[in-house]
Amino acid sequence: MAEEKKEEKTLTLQVSSNPHVRDSITTQKIMLYVILALLPATIYGVVNFGLYALLVVLVTVGASVLFEFLYEKLMHQKITISDCSAVVTGLLLALNLPPRIPIWVCIIGAFFAIVVVKMLFGGLGQNFMNPALGARCFLVISFAGRMTNFAYDAVSGPTPLAMLKSGEIPNTLSMVLGNEMGTIGETSVIMIVIGACFLILMGVIDLRIPASYILTFVIFIIIFGGHGANPYYLTAHLAGGGLMLGAFFMATDYVTSPITTKGKIIFGIILGILTGVFRCFASGAEGVSYAIILGNLLVPLIERFAPLKCFGYVKPQKGG
Amino acid sequence: MMKEGSAGERLFNGIIKENPTLVIILGMCPTLAVTTSAMNGIGMGLSTTVVLALSNLFIALLRNIIPDKIRIPAFIVIIATFVTMVDMLMKGFVPALYAQLGIYIPLIVVNCIILGRAEAYAYFNKPVSSFFDGLGMGIGFTCAITIIGFIRELIGSGAIFGNPVGNMPDFAATIFVMAPGAFFVLATIIAIRTKIINNMEAKKGETLSVKHTDRDADCATCAAAATCHGKFYDNTVKVSPENKEVKA
Repeated sequence: MAEEKKEEKTLTLQVSSNPHVRDSITTQKIMLYVILALLPATIYGVVNFGLYALLVVLVTVGASVLFEFLYEKLMHQKITISDCSAVVTGLLLALNLPPRIPIWVCIIGAFFAIVVVKMLFGGLGQNFMNPALGARCFLVISFAGRMTNFAYDAVSGPTPLAMLKSGEIPNTLSMVLGNEMGTIGETSVIMIVIGACFLILMGVIDLRIPASYILTFVIFIIIFGGHGANPYYLTAHLAGGGLMLGAFFMATDYVTSPITTKGKIIFGIILGILTGVFRCFASGAEGVSYAIILGNLLVPLIERFAPLKCFGYVKPQKGG
Repeated sequence: MMKEGSAGERLFNGIIKENPTLVIILGMCPTLAVTTSAMNGIGMGLSTTVVLALSNLFIALLRNIIPDKIRIPAFIVIIATFVTMVDMLMKGFVPALYAQLGIYIPLIVVNCIILGRAEAYAYFNKPVSSFFDGLGMGIGFTCAITIIGFIRELIGSGAIFGNPVGNMPDFAATIFVMAPGAFFVLATIIAIRTKIINNMEAKKGETLSVKHTDRDADCATCAAAATCHGKFYDNTVKVSPENKEVKA
């Protein structure tokens, strides 16, 4: 009895900063889901392009993690490689590389993605553009010949998008299945969509960005593509290049996309228009990566126009 | 410490302490645009140095004649005279380099380093120290853009002063001779220089970074106030309000 009373008297109040309710989801878990979702496309890429593609993937992922570790070690920062974000960056970068890319290019790409785009701006959550796409664009500009050489196993020819650009319509069935030329991870639409469905079901990504992106892109192509609503032409554009990979896995990056509902839709529309403009009117065949990094740069502006509404906020009445 | 305003002190100030490109971040237009090769850097740097030293000298000579209200047009006339001379001389004697640098030679007229030194130093100081101030600033500028040009040329086109190095051109990262490369290299060099200078300061206990000593100036009117927090303001130097002696 006496003990109980004593306890009552010394009741302690614990004061802590918010948030007070925590979800079980962590950065590491989200990153693991994304890695899982990317596996079908990765495995298909390795099966399609051979074991060298596997080497490219492993080296890029390994180098990304290593560079993050080394940077944090040298700068006396907390080592954060266990959150797996470097693995995701490396994997996305590898999936955006041609299957016969020299290994040293992968390492330069990983360095640029992790050190320049991500860590120099403050690490995960602070980067102003998607590290994997930043590195891809760096590599495409730096090593244009190597980055657009998609030939493998003595098979060479134009990519489906290059065919579209020159006016031909490629075989759309093989494009959807993925039996085409392209980067390691972008060829198979089916595998990408399987991964994307998994992420949407797990609640990791929001459908708003990819949906508004792809819809805007389709409308843009119908109006400006020169073929009207020709289903073959449209399918070829949707299945070709990095559109699916970009829309589901890279445009939805938490750090570099708006957080509000309205902002997400505006972001998707901007990406759709930019991709359409690049594919229809620019000199290159592909424009997804440039569209997404340009979109990333516009995110702060978009968020200013579509701000987060405070909980319980009521618009003040006019003249009130 | 060297004597204020002496030739040596001015040269050291321009090359190391207040390097126009790496510390004051002036003259960004030629720094970013013409540094695609080391040779371009040297050409641009030397022509700017000539203009800078001579215009500083003449502005210092005429500083008591030029009325305060129209000093900027007067500076421009003096600077433009020397730029025109350099322009014609380069066209006549080094036509290949002249073709490479193109519009950037006439644009030296509005190069902010030159106008900046005229306004901040030559207008208030004696001709000899103004001349050496211009010379030091010019050499500092030349060194900085030559180093940037050298690195960009080596990585971006695999060559040193136009001569390909082994099979480096096969591995050249083209982005370094394009606009983004200039920013990468410039930022890296500024970071390295700051690190070295900070280490030297810690070792010697002597300050090598820029200190504003202009006691008339208000922090509110200073462009660097947002990032300075009084760090660059040297409180140990006392300058009486009557004394118009102003250091940059």
